[in-house]
Amino acid sequence: MSPGPNFDIPQEESESAGSSFPPTFSLSTIKNKQRRHLMFMKLKQEKRKQKLELRKKRKKERDALGDKAPPKDVPKTIENQRVYDETTVDPEDEEVAFDEGTDEFSAYFNKLTNPKVLITTSDRPRGRTVRFCEQLATVIPNAHVYYRRGLALKRIIPQCVSRNFTYLMVINEDRKVPNGMVLCHLPDGPTAHFKVSSVRLRKEMKRRGKDPTEHHPEVILNNFSTRLGHSIGRMFAALFPHDPHFVGRQVATFHNQRDFIFFRFHRYIFKNEKRVGIQELGPRFTLKLRSLQKGTFDSKFGEYEWVHKRHEMDSSRRKFHL
Amino acid sequence: MAVKSQLCSVWVGSETGILKGVSLSKKQAFNFCEMSCLTRDQEVCTMAWGDPHETEVLIGCLNGRVKTFSTEKGIFTESRECGDLSQGRFTGLAVMDSSLITCVESGLLKVWNEGSSNTAEINVGTGVCRMRQNPSQRHHVATGGKENPLKLWDLQRPDKSIFTAKNVANDWLDLRVPVWVRDIAFIQDSNKIVTCTGHHQVRVYDPSSPQRRPVLETQYGEYPLTTLSLPADQASVVVGNTHGQLAILDLRKGLVRGCIKGLAGGVRGLQCHPSLPVLASCGLDRFLRVHSLKDRTLQHKVYMKSRLNCVLLSSRDLELLWLHIPQSWPAKPKLPLITKRGVCAFFGVQGLYISGSNLPVSSQSSVSCKAGTADPGGPEVTVPASAPAWKILPWLLLAVWWN
Repeated sequence: MSPGPNFDIPQEESESAGSSFPPTFSLSTIKNKQRRHLMFMKLKQEKRKQKLELRKKRKKERDALGDKAPPKDVPKTIENQRVYDETTVDPEDEEVAFDEGTDEFSAYFNKLTNPKVLITTSDRPRGRTVRFCEQLATVIPNAHVYYRRGLALKRIIPQCVSRNFTYLMVINEDRKVPNGMVLCHLPDGPTAHFKVSSVRLRKEMKRRGKDPTEHHPEVILNNFSTRLGHSIGRMFAALFPHDPHFVGRQVATFHNQRDFIFFRFHRYIFKNEKRVGIQELGPRFTLKLRSLQKGTFDSKFGEYEWVHKRHEMDSSRRKFHL
Repeated sequence: MAVKSQLCSVWVGSETGILKGVSLSKKQAFNFCEMSCLTRDQEVCTMAWGDPHETEVLIGCLNGRVKTFSTEKGIFTESRECGDLSQGRFTGLAVMDSSLITCVESGLLKVWNEGSSNTAEINVGTGVCRMRQNPSQRHHVATGGKENPLKLWDLQRPDKSIFTAKNVANDWLDLRVPVWVRDIAFIQDSNKIVTCTGHHQVRVYDPSSPQRRPVLETQYGEYPLTTLSLPADQASVVVGNTHGQLAILDLRKGLVRGCIKGLAGGVRGLQCHPSLPVLASCGLDRFLRVHSLKDRTLQHKVYMKSRLNCVLLSSRDLELLWLHIPQSWPAKPKLPLITKRGVCAFFGVQGLYISGSNLPVSSQSSVSCKAGTADPGGPEVTVPASAPAWKILPWLLLAVWWN
């Protein structure tokens, strides 16, 4: 028989690889799936072994140097690599201070009004959404839950204004689960539309504390750095009354990370000056801003201050807007 | 202050009452206001050029005052009381032969004569959203608003409008189509008027034709169109809506020629340059953006810290010319430039930045041409002022031809 080429380890042309000389073989040329899989597993194990050796070597060098070792590099994270946003608010900026001092929330921040929140849902809510609304009403002081009854929001809003409500919160439900929230600041304020996800009710929380009391909670707003972030942060701050009752030791946290806002409600206790124990109470959910509209709810004719446009704004993994 | 204001080629009015000037070549924005006495009722509602040479900017504020800002001196020179808060916001400002035309939301169109206190008044109907003046026939103004159809007024015969548009026919459900004119523009070299409505329609009217209904009607998007502007080349219009979508529509057939991306908030002010394919847009997302209309790309984006209401582009400012020059050019042969003294300077022409505050060339000021890329670093050759126009003009024409 004519001696055919050796098919066990096919030779790759050296000119195509460029850098490989002597020629190495490539896994993709093995036609047999099982053998290819075996070779791939072997390759992975080799790589893992090499990586481990490298790490051990580096650790040995670092230990050998002792004090003179160079400091460890800070690992790159997406938050570290965030593209600098030019709308980041400078605390000493006069113009932004004036803008914030005279915007729609100035009545709350000048202590002229007290928050009064109306919580409702989309029409005919299911059990989970109803329980979520009830729990939200225990977390936010001076909140009232009303059944929607199929009423139009544009008709509800003037009635709320006349009854001195300052916020209208509408939890939208889809497939028996809350998935959206419209937060409308009432006299003439901005309307924010959020996507709600990961809702955990009180029963589902592990190691939770007893139900929240009637004390006004403290509010923590983390990481709202841009101008848009400031507006949203102020919107959340104006939901709660000005004077937190420190006796109650309850705190509501809105933490912004990568444009997702995480809401948590805790009770804390200082064991000594340095150690705090916390218990999570209350619902937890995640929000993502979809649009911020100037004026009260009017999705057709209202002017939008910011709209999330996925293809334009989400093209870079390191650019965030809040 | 004066130096800063002379550099600015784009003027923007904000909701906080601050007039901002932007110099695109220096990539800087300047605030022209007194920071101590800012109030929200000084919010800039409309802006207009005070004179044809664009040395004065007229600003209409929410509290009814019209302020004049001189771009050469860099200060507010005049402020007059032209109404109050009860009549509504200013919807249009114009200047005709040294008299000021103002229109407010309640429908009161007033002509304020210089010096004398008598004013001519016209009631154009309630709910006015916009008043615009015809740039070629300065005594014609057009007004329109919510349930207030487009009306064309002649200020010399103020009793009745020359042209009132008729509403289109009932729609396919036989319901009356609501009227909401948001912005108006006069098409150059013809009698036609383009309007955009809050019900996302763009309509073209022709007052000289016997029909009072629109000659052309198109729709764009699903959100109210807030502003429009006519670019230099005819037969197209740029519209912006409350969602931050900007589109170029063709006025011959009414089709969308293209969309401009980038805006995140509602468009409040839009202006095209009269001769270059450049568009400035400002909106509620606190950014001023300058796009090139040829390839619909973003040229400049400037963060202004307040929400912006209106924008004015200066047409004579040549610094905008350099935006027009492409960044990478095909290889051209090296050119000699002969100055008056007969010295040949060889330089590779990759881009020409022409700076000069006055054109035409026959004026006494010197025109200096810098050769280099759009980031000018090349050698500068000055053609002295006393060089006759026939020597300078061909090189300038050549520069424009490179373009």
